Amino acid sequence: MSRDQIEELQSKRLVKQINRIYHNVEYYRKKMQEAGLEPSDIRGIEDLDKLPFTTYEDIAKAYPFGLSAVPLSEAVRVHASSGTTGKPKIAIYTRKDIDIWSECVARCFSMAGITKNDIIQVGYGYGLFTGGLGAHYGAENLGALVIPMSTGNTKKLIDMMIDCGTTAIACTPSYLLHVAEALEAEGLVDKIKLKYAICGAEPWTDNMRKQIEERLHIKAVDIYGLTEIMGPGVAADCKYHKGLHIWEDHFIPEIIDPDTLEQLPAGQTGELVITTITKEGMPLIRYRTRDLTSIEIGKCDCGRTMARIQRFKGRSDDMLVIRGVNVFPSQVEQALLEIDGTTPNYMINVDRVDNNDTFEVQIEVEERFFSDEIRKLEELRSKVENSIHQMTGIKAKVRLVEPNALPHSDGKTKHVNDARKLV
Amino acid sequence: MVKQLSVFLENKPGTLNKALLMLKNNDVNIVAISLADTSEFGLARLIVDDLEKGRSAIREGGYTSTLADVIAVRLAQRVGYLQEILDKLSAAGINVEYMYTASTGPDGADLIMKTSDPAKAEEVLAEAKAEVLKQDDLRKLGGDN
Repeated sequence: MSRDQIEELQSKRLVKQINRIYHNVEYYRKKMQEAGLEPSDIRGIEDLDKLPFTTYEDIAKAYPFGLSAVPLSEAVRVHASSGTTGKPKIAIYTRKDIDIWSECVARCFSMAGITKNDIIQVGYGYGLFTGGLGAHYGAENLGALVIPMSTGNTKKLIDMMIDCGTTAIACTPSYLLHVAEALEAEGLVDKIKLKYAICGAEPWTDNMRKQIEERLHIKAVDIYGLTEIMGPGVAADCKYHKGLHIWEDHFIPEIIDPDTLEQLPAGQTGELVITTITKEGMPLIRYRTRDLTSIEIGKCDCGRTMARIQRFKGRSDDMLVIRGVNVFPSQVEQALLEIDGTTPNYMINVDRVDNNDTFEVQIEVEERFFSDEIRKLEELRSKVENSIHQMTGIKAKVRLVEPNALPHSDGKTKHVNDARKLV
Repeated sequence: MVKQLSVFLENKPGTLNKALLMLKNNDVNIVAISLADTSEFGLARLIVDDLEKGRSAIREGGYTSTLADVIAVRLAQRVGYLQEILDKLSAAGINVEYMYTASTGPDGADLIMKTSDPAKAEEVLAEAKAEVLKQDDLRKLGGDN
């Protein structure tokens, strides 16, 4: 498709989508009315910047089904990812949404070189997280043979990889490096038939990709997505690694300045904003992803013309991605309230050791919850660990430290120390 | 019943030293001390001659501390005596959280114990003819001086 053809299709679909949501979603109708907009004001993508943004606060306010553009009887599935506080961000899918999602993921797999003749192990978690089921349906859509491993049992994954002759794997890049280590430790790298890896759900570097490719003798590509928009498969890179091709027939990407909220031209770095133009269940208009990147337009070496999202340069908010899971410092803060209703001074330490993310929360022990019995302090520690696990979905190691062990500053106290070098 | 000063310490070199320096600089004498540790943190349990001065010195040093009701008891040097005492405590449904020796000599041994019910524990000990010490008696620990 030429750029003109892509934009013509996007304009047509955007106009239809705006009409639908204006009439079907009260939340959007109100937002548009507040901005003084009628559906007829949106005649094509040139009018996109008139539309108000959607943020995760909007999704939180509309929890659980307030942004649904269909009656729930038309919806067939929900997924969810962590929100900034207790409630998750829910996404709603119709049958057609699942079909389009599956096709987008299938395109990503196909772009990586995978065909119906491949055997794919899905090593993402199955459940509310979009990774497992998203990759699964995409692989089935392609006609490949899918082994739904899910997460948590590396030995079994390796056994099946060897016994079934798995040729492709979808999982987080850090987990794949962990699998590579396990294979090397057992001297089993020669026994696998793996050719491709589709890795995503967390930021990674070219260096990590090269390590994966060299150690396992495979080709690895990056896949991008977010639950609110769809899940994995919104974009992926091709073998030329010139950026992640975003499927512009379903999504309109924009880059904005996160401070002024003005649109930025191609090539400039800012916050990625995505509009879903075919989604039925929970269409999002100008959704602020908080991911910082730039977009390249123009034909890729692979011949594809769809825009390419460049390397992610961080976030415009304080979200952390730990072991593929989105974690907000505010969730940890909320978990700490469990101690006695107030938040002690704390520090979140994130690092990557042996290709695994470490997640440690240090808490300054204060007199109001201090006990002279080790048993009670250990109980306190495990209580906080449990509540962080419940709140974020992943396990943290809680460490009790002396007062003043953590940095205190006058204004805004720093609560996160991310020592991972990924950008 | 006596008050014990308990101090939270991270398990790393120098932390206890710094806490004890605070006591020294404020002229507080340590009558008894016990250290409990885990791999990451520890607790210094202290009986000091001047509780108020001791606690404010520890606070001044920036440490987290708490006061706990413990029992100081002088037991005669006799085989099986401590076991008999524990027998009586357990019969009364009292749990011993922890215990340490403050001093020991030919005439007796001074123990510090934290129990689930200090008031009841003192009654049981008094019935068993054990000498229960008071805060003012603490200076006597380790001998009559």
